[in-house]
Formats: sequence, C-alpha cells, structure tokens
Amino acid sequence: MSVIDQLTRRLGQAPVNVSRRGFLAGSGALVLATALPLRPLRGQEAAAEGPAVTAFLELRSDGTALLRSPFIEGGQGIFTAMAQIVGEELDLAPENFSVEIAPAGGPFAIMGGYRLTGGSMSTRTGYPVMRQLGAAARAMLVEAAAQDWGVDASELVTEPGIVVHEGSGRRVAYGDLAAAAMDLPVPAEPTLKDPADFRWIGTALPRMDVRAKSTGRQTYAIDVEVEGMLLAALRHAPRLGLTPAAVTNQAEIEAMRGVHSVQMLDGAVAVVAEKFWQARRAIDAAEIDWTEGEARWPMPADFSSVGFRDTLAGATGEVVEVEASGDAAGVLEAAETMIEATYDAPYVAHGQLEPPSATARFNEDGTLDLWMPCQAPEMFVGAAAAAAGLDASQINLHQQVLGGFFGRHFLYATANPFPQAIALAKAVGRPVKLIWTREEDFLRDAPRPLGLARFRGAVGPDGPTALQVEVVGEGPTQRWYQAPPGQDPSATEGISGKTYAIANKHIGQIYHANPAVIGYWRAVGHSMHDFMYESFLDELAQAGGLDPFEMRLSLLSSSERHRKLLERVGELSGGWRPGPFEAEEGTTRARGVAMASPFGSEAAVIAEVSVDGGEVRVHQVWVALDPGQVVNPSTVEAQVQSAVALGTSQTLVEELVYENGEPTARNFDMYPILRPDQMPQVHTAIVESGAPMGGVGEPGLPAVGPAIVNAVATLTGQRIRSLPLSKHDFG
Amino acid sequence: MQLNINGATHDVDVEPDTPLLWVIREELGLTGTKYGCGIAQCGACTVLIDGVATRSCVTPADSVEGLEIRTIETVEDTEIGRRVVEAWVENEVAQCGYCQSGQVLAATALLSDIPNPTDEDIDGAMTNLCRCGTYNKIRAAVRSVSEA
Repeated sequence: MSVIDQLTRRLGQAPVNVSRRGFLAGSGALVLATALPLRPLRGQEAAAEGPAVTAFLELRSDGTALLRSPFIEGGQGIFTAMAQIVGEELDLAPENFSVEIAPAGGPFAIMGGYRLTGGSMSTRTGYPVMRQLGAAARAMLVEAAAQDWGVDASELVTEPGIVVHEGSGRRVAYGDLAAAAMDLPVPAEPTLKDPADFRWIGTALPRMDVRAKSTGRQTYAIDVEVEGMLLAALRHAPRLGLTPAAVTNQAEIEAMRGVHSVQMLDGAVAVVAEKFWQARRAIDAAEIDWTEGEARWPMPADFSSVGFRDTLAGATGEVVEVEASGDAAGVLEAAETMIEATYDAPYVAHGQLEPPSATARFNEDGTLDLWMPCQAPEMFVGAAAAAAGLDASQINLHQQVLGGFFGRHFLYATANPFPQAIALAKAVGRPVKLIWTREEDFLRDAPRPLGLARFRGAVGPDGPTALQVEVVGEGPTQRWYQAPPGQDPSATEGISGKTYAIANKHIGQIYHANPAVIGYWRAVGHSMHDFMYESFLDELAQAGGLDPFEMRLSLLSSSERHRKLLERVGELSGGWRPGPFEAEEGTTRARGVAMASPFGSEAAVIAEVSVDGGEVRVHQVWVALDPGQVVNPSTVEAQVQSAVALGTSQTLVEELVYENGEPTARNFDMYPILRPDQMPQVHTAIVESGAPMGGVGEPGLPAVGPAIVNAVATLTGQRIRSLPLSKHDFG
Repeated sequence: MQLNINGATHDVDVEPDTPLLWVIREELGLTGTKYGCGIAQCGACTVLIDGVATRSCVTPADSVEGLEIRTIETVEDTEIGRRVVEAWVENEVAQCGYCQSGQVLAATALLSDIPNPTDEDIDGAMTNLCRCGTYNKIRAAVRSVSEA
C-alpha cells in the first residue's frame, strides 16, 4: 500500500555523476550515486556535504564493476539479482560485477532516508533504481565513445562490455571509456531497454556466492576479528524485568583462565575473556542473584503461552474494523448453515543458524566501529548512536552477510546484542566481540506472536455467503512502529486482504497486548493468518457439501489472475484429487489446497500427506507462485523451496512454549525445526502474469500450512485448529 | 596438547576439555567451522575425524589427540571432497550458507564410505539442520556425486 507507493515515487529519481567529487577521483572509475532526496540522519547533515560520497556503481578501467547493494545478502540471492538488473541496462555481463553491502546512510537509504532488507521488498523496490543506474552509465559510455569518434551517439550500439560503431566497425571496451565518461553529465531520463530485449533479467544465472559458501570461505558477523579484541559471553536474566544484584562467586570466576572481568549489564551478566570459550565456561559457572529491575516490557512471572492463548480466546473489547462489505451479521443470523471456530498459532522462534553477535571498537578519534548482522542499517546506526552516547555520524556500521535472518535482525530493543557489545567495549577499553549462545538467543529472541482468530461463517449451496472474523492480539508493526489497531497489516494480513468473493464479510481486530517481546518472522502475519482463514474456508466447504478446490475456483470467478493460478497448481499436481487415495508405496494419502496473497505476489499450494506412526508426514508440495515478473527464476525456485521448508516446519513441529515467564526451550533439542528426512518434495511453477512485481522470499510460505492441515482433515477427519500438528495425536 | 589438524601438527595450550570447535576457531583461526547450537543438534560444526563426520562442538580437544582432523578449509584436498564441493556449486545448494561447511563435510564422509548410497544411507548420514531448507538440493548434490 502506501509504503510501496512512497518507495516507487522516490525510486524514480535519476542517478548523479560523483566521479569528480567522489572519493575515487583520479582513479579513472566512473562513479554513479543517486540524486534521491536524502533525509540525513540527525547530525549527518554536515557529513552529507563532505567528501565521503559513496557510490552505487563504479565502473573501473579494467571493465569490471563494483556494485554496492542497498539490500543485504542473507541467503536470498539478492546480490546476484542486483547485478543482473544493473548489468542488463548497462550491457555488462553480471559475472563482471562484484557486489558489496552498501554502508549505512548516503544514497543507499533508498526508502526515504532509511532502508531495510525485508518484507520481500528488495528486488521489487530495487528494480527501478537499479535499471536507471545501469541505463545512465551505459548512455554516458556511449556518449564518451561518440565524442571520441566524432559521431552521433545514435549511431552507436553496445555489446556486453563494448561500444560499437556499426558503420565503421570501430569498437571500444567500457573500461577504456570510464575516464572520459566521468566528465559527462548524467542523462536525466536514460532510455530503458524493452523487456523483450532482456538478455539477463529473467534468466537463471548462477548465484555469485555459492563457491565461497561451499568451501567455508564466506564469513559472517560471528567470524569478525578485530585487532586486540576480547571475547564476551553473557547470561540474561531469566525474565525481562529482572536485573543482576550480585555475582556471588565473582572472584572465583575472575580467577578462571583467560578471564578479563565480570561485567554487570542491564538485565544480564557478561564475562569478558581472551577467548570466547573461556568466557562461556566462566559465565556458565557464575552464580547470579537476580532482583526486580526496570524494563519497557517486563515479563510477568506467571506468564504462560497456554494461559495467554485462553486469554485471547476469551478477550472482549472494541472490534476495530479492518475490512467490511455487505451485511455479515445479518446474513449469519438468518443463515441455515452457520459454523463457528477459533484458530490459534503459537509463538515461533527465528532459529537462524548463526547465533547473534556484535563486535564494538571505540576509536581514538571518538568514532565507534560496529560489526554485526542487521536488516535495517540506518535504524541500527541511530540506535547505536543513542546507546553509545555519540552522534550518528560517529558510527561506522560494518554490516555482515547474514547466516540466515527470517526477520531476526530487525531492531528489537532487547533482542539485539550490539548495545551490550558497546557497553562492554566501553567498560574494558578494548574492542569486544559478544556472541550470544544459542540458549541466550532462544531466551531473548523476538518470536512471531502467538495469534488467535474467531471465525463465523455461513454457507449455501453455491458457497460461502457471509464471513465474520475477529482477530485478537497484537502485531509487530504496532509494537515497533506504533501502527494503530485496524491499521496494522501485521496483525491481520492473511485474514484481511483475501481475494475470494464473499458478499458479506466483516474482518476486525481486537487489540490485546502481547506480554512477550514480539517480532517479524518470515511472512509475518501471513505465516499464521492464512492457515486460519484457508482452514476455515475448507470447513465451510465441508459444511456446505462442496469440494474445496471447486469452491475456491467459483469464489475467484471474477479474478482471472487468481483463478488461473489455482488451475495452474491443480495441473502441476496432475489434477485435483478430492479425497483420500492409495499411493503406490502402499500408504493412504490425501491432498489439501490453499491460497495466499502475500507481499504483492499470489500463491496457490497443494500438499500431499499421510499419517505414519501417529505423525503427519508431508510427501509433496506443489506451489504455483505469481510474483508478476521475475529477475532470476532459479533464485525464485530456491526461495520457494526455502519457504516450503519453513512453512512445513512451523506447521509440523514448531512451538515456543512459555511457562513461568520463560521459554521452556533454549535450544534445538527442545525446539525442533524441520529435519532433512521431513522435507517434502517441492514442485514449483512460476507464473509471470505481468502484474506489478511482487516479492518472492516470503510469498511461498503462507499457503503451505493450510494446504497441509486441509490434507490432514481430508485424510483423518480431524480438523486441526491449533498448531503445530506435533501436539496432536493422529494414531 | 598436540592436535593434527589439516595435515599439520599444532601445539595448542587450552583446557583439555575445550570443545574442538573452539580450538579450531579460536586457536587456529579457521572460521569455516561454525558454531550453531553447541549441543550436537545442528551439525554446523561438523569436521572429519579419521574420516568420520563428527560434531566438534561437543568433542573435547583431548579426546582427539593423535587422530587426523580435517576441516572445511582442506576438504578439496581429497578427490571425493573436491567432487562434493563441485556438486554443491553446480547444484547451487547454498542459501545463507552458514550450515554448508558441515553439510559438505557430512556428504564427503558419506561418499568416501559409501560411493553409491541408498536413500536410507543418505537419510542416516545427512542429518545436519538447514534453516533455509536446502535439503532437496543437498540430496540432489549428493546424488550427483554418487552417480558421477
């Protein structure tokens, strides 16, 4: 909605040539930044005028290019996609690019003074600006050749990396033009390629990082090494709101091998040592007295996720309207067939395999260097400046390639280690790398909120006639960005925003604060709400004696895009199979179907399940994904595999349980995630409908869960309304 | 104590029960071996000990004195290891990549032991976790080596 509109408007700005005033002046490289209207971080106004103009694109005299990606690589393949887009318009093969993470601030804050890697927004928001960047650079190289040869630029064409004058047969490599192009103005509106002529956009180019990631050479924040640094491990208070009163065996701990010191932090105790293992051993030995302290979101000592689920189920209060049409209440009242159901989904942990870490170093000139994982650099710089008592211009943030993220590395106050690393570096007067153990990550993660919704629906012989839903709870966008109830997509998306033509509907939110520190998890609200809605839709089909696949087709009769997508996934699976059937392997199986409209894309999913030893087994998942248009189909296919894995994982086994104010799981032993032998086969159809480009990282996920749950209902007759499936017995 | 890591003998001065993972990362500075869970659940820390895939986060350093330890940094020194890496590149297995050092070594151990593994062999040997869900590509890459 409005965020995307804003972005699109801002991204329409032209690049500028900063070769001469850029830091590379004299190097012979053509350097392009952008003329995007910047909103400098507080205190950065002066810096923005200074010499440190950083560039999006540098075309060097050897014909290679360095691209600084505003978006962070964390496995989604964004570096490769950015090189494909710029390379397409520049007419330079993507293999000639090296791609780095762009530093915080400057021209890279392309979302209007900030940016983030999330919301499945990178490719779709980067696409217009990256095309313009490439096209502008190409036009300047062509103009440089035209001036050199005394011909009109219109007589020139390019081949990858080369400007060609077809009349005379003259050719010159881009690298040889870079210096001359530096002196040229940037065309205000460079001509973009006709997509019909695309050479690289839309093709399955190999990812740039696969070799480094197959040989252990890719480094992450946890691998950062800074001269003279100490290592730190810590133990958090078991609940937010407690704070350390004393470490009763502090002298003993400080005498342990390698230990530098014990440090009291807000809500935690840290040990700083020469080596991480020494710090870890010492903090494990620490005997800490905790006392009541201060916290923005103190965790009640008696909090339990089971109790909270019941609280949400019984919550009353104002129902803030999110979507409404017709007369849902009236039709429900008069309906012959009306059903009701309450659905819930648990807290889930991010479980990215790289534990959080941060390295902090104060420099002699008063600046602070930070190395850490982060999905929103400008926001982290602001928070780091506040934590360190410095100006934002004094923070040098070195973002690192992410060892998985799934929403883990946004700014979540108590869930990010960098304020602690800053405090420790300040306390010991040396650089400090703080690593959270997996146990501390589970304790202080900002999980996907436990969610609940109450459904009432009416169905007639032709399908659902009315739907009324009350979504109860709090979304992360309200928690962190103060979105009011009813206007927080993260609180209702997947129940709101559905396409089915149900004439009478009322979707509302009852706000109820969540005592836990909640965060964004892959596919955010969609990750649970589509499970609830699409499952209830199957309940309506059953109540009406209708086939769930055919009923959906009929509800989509006025939306060709959605109807075709559903038909496509049906074909992909070999034709819709409505009931249980005997598979070749001798098992009885069933299939379920579901759809979702997440992050600007559309998805339709069919899942095939059996029950083995009382547990659900997912054999195959078919996904038809329509992101409008794609840049790299193999990346999209990989993202669908990944989304199916996480969607299957949370549906089958994931649940972060709280008892007595603490999560009962602190590692992967008590919080299982999908194992290799639980991974279904995945069959993907990418549909390019030509609609505006949508996201691809998250959209494959939301429909997976309900397709599985609907298949289970068909197979077993058990309608599961509370995830995960592992807590139910199918024996 | 003396440890034989990647074909060289290293004198390391650590507490005897220090996990091999942290000796490799902090004493030798080899960061390709990853810390993921510390309790042998995820396999990101997998190394080869006398050719056997082993979770180094729970392996005390003094328990592997005299044994041959190999990390991801030298996986391509063996023919099987080289083919596994090429299969990983060819199949574009990695997403975030954090677990892949362990995955490559687990596959190397499997294929060194059983050149043509059955599905059950693969299920039994390839148990490392991947949060990005690259499991199908991992299996395809293992298959491509066994069928090569």
